Amino acid sequence: MNLASPAIGLPVSERVAAAWRVLGTVPDPEVPAVSVRDLGIVRDVIDHDDVLEIVLTPTYSGCPATEVIEQDVLAAIDTAGLGPARVTLRRAPAWTTDWISAEGRRNMLAYGIVPPGPALAEGTHPIRFFGRAAKRLACPRCGSTHTEQLSAFGSTACKSTWRCLACKEPFEHFKAI
Amino acid sequence: MQGSIALQRTADVQYVLRIGDTALVLAQRLAEWCGHAPVLEEDIALANMALDLVGQARALLTRAGQLEGLCGGQALDEDQLAFLRDERDYLNATLAELPRGDFAFTTLRNLFAATWFKLLWERLCESTDADLAATAGKAVKEARYHQQHAADWVVRLADGTEESRARTEAALDALWRYTPELFDDDAVDAAAQMSGLGPRRSALREAWRADVAAVFTEAGLLLPKDAAFRSTGMRGVHSEHMGFVLAEMQHLQRSFPGGVW
Repeated sequence: MNLASPAIGLPVSERVAAAWRVLGTVPDPEVPAVSVRDLGIVRDVIDHDDVLEIVLTPTYSGCPATEVIEQDVLAAIDTAGLGPARVTLRRAPAWTTDWISAEGRRNMLAYGIVPPGPALAEGTHPIRFFGRAAKRLACPRCGSTHTEQLSAFGSTACKSTWRCLACKEPFEHFKAI
Repeated sequence: MQGSIALQRTADVQYVLRIGDTALVLAQRLAEWCGHAPVLEEDIALANMALDLVGQARALLTRAGQLEGLCGGQALDEDQLAFLRDERDYLNATLAELPRGDFAFTTLRNLFAATWFKLLWERLCESTDADLAATAGKAVKEARYHQQHAADWVVRLADGTEESRARTEAALDALWRYTPELFDDDAVDAAAQMSGLGPRRSALREAWRADVAAVFTEAGLLLPKDAAFRSTGMRGVHSEHMGFVLAEMQHLQRSFPGGVW
């Protein structure tokens, strides 16, 4: 399609491309070092000529940030002059941490959160209750792998809490899901 | 006061509500721990698991409300279903509504519930109802994590001090009699299996027992024998505790109809 968008007078693909760039600047409210685009929750941007549709997939069933993200996304698109826009939620396929981009992972680590490993393995193997190989994470500050998990949960549903036994600093880990 | 809504009780709506209400009422019980758990990490863990369950319940109640409309009744939203139903129209398993007890009781109940939810969500990923399948695709990952967490703690408590062991055994004695209800079929299950909406509850029994037995072996606990007693929450006939759960949960909407913030 090479139709001009009546809203902003640009070819459709330009408007969509511009929207993706804008979405790369919208921070996730709970992990502000990572944009909603890099977090992989923006699944599609569709130009309906009049309205721009942004398709989001929520991270967790009860994530309290979902509504804030919708508002932030719409505000950013509006400010960039790419509106009017609307957000739709797509729940299947379910979001996975495998969709977090390489840049998102780098930013996360620089922010002090250890990014998730591959989620696929965790979902397909039967749960081993015991005799699990202890997970070894490298401390995001000093790099030591002499670390231990303090809590399976953390400040948000998507993270667990760890500490480094070498530099003694606590840190967070984004759980693979 | 805001009046109650009545449901038609079609099989599909009941099937979805049984799951959604179990998640919602368990979430309410877990949320009671906020500020009271033995350590801060578990306070956070229980609140986080409650949050996952509320999210799952929202999706399920929303779907049940749509199905109610499609079955010839009045379409209802998640808030109407959560806040304006009377006790007899709530279809959660009795297990979920029991008072939170001590940490051993809560942890063991979480193991029983999360194992059941995990197995159910795995099957519901194949539901002919696309909306239910989408909810399941997300929820199954959350239930797995809840089950793992509860299993770790059951072993720690049962294999811990004399005190933690005694409390875990007391919790098992109090809770076990409420588990058979999770696997007792009726016409609602038969209809769901026929239409492809979801599995019969009895289809989950063996896998549930195997998972729980694996944890119990590690914990040094024995699977008790099943008693003749049957709880009946999923048929709307609840324990004496249910009214208090709803009184607290529904009070605001009943006293200030339509109130929002």
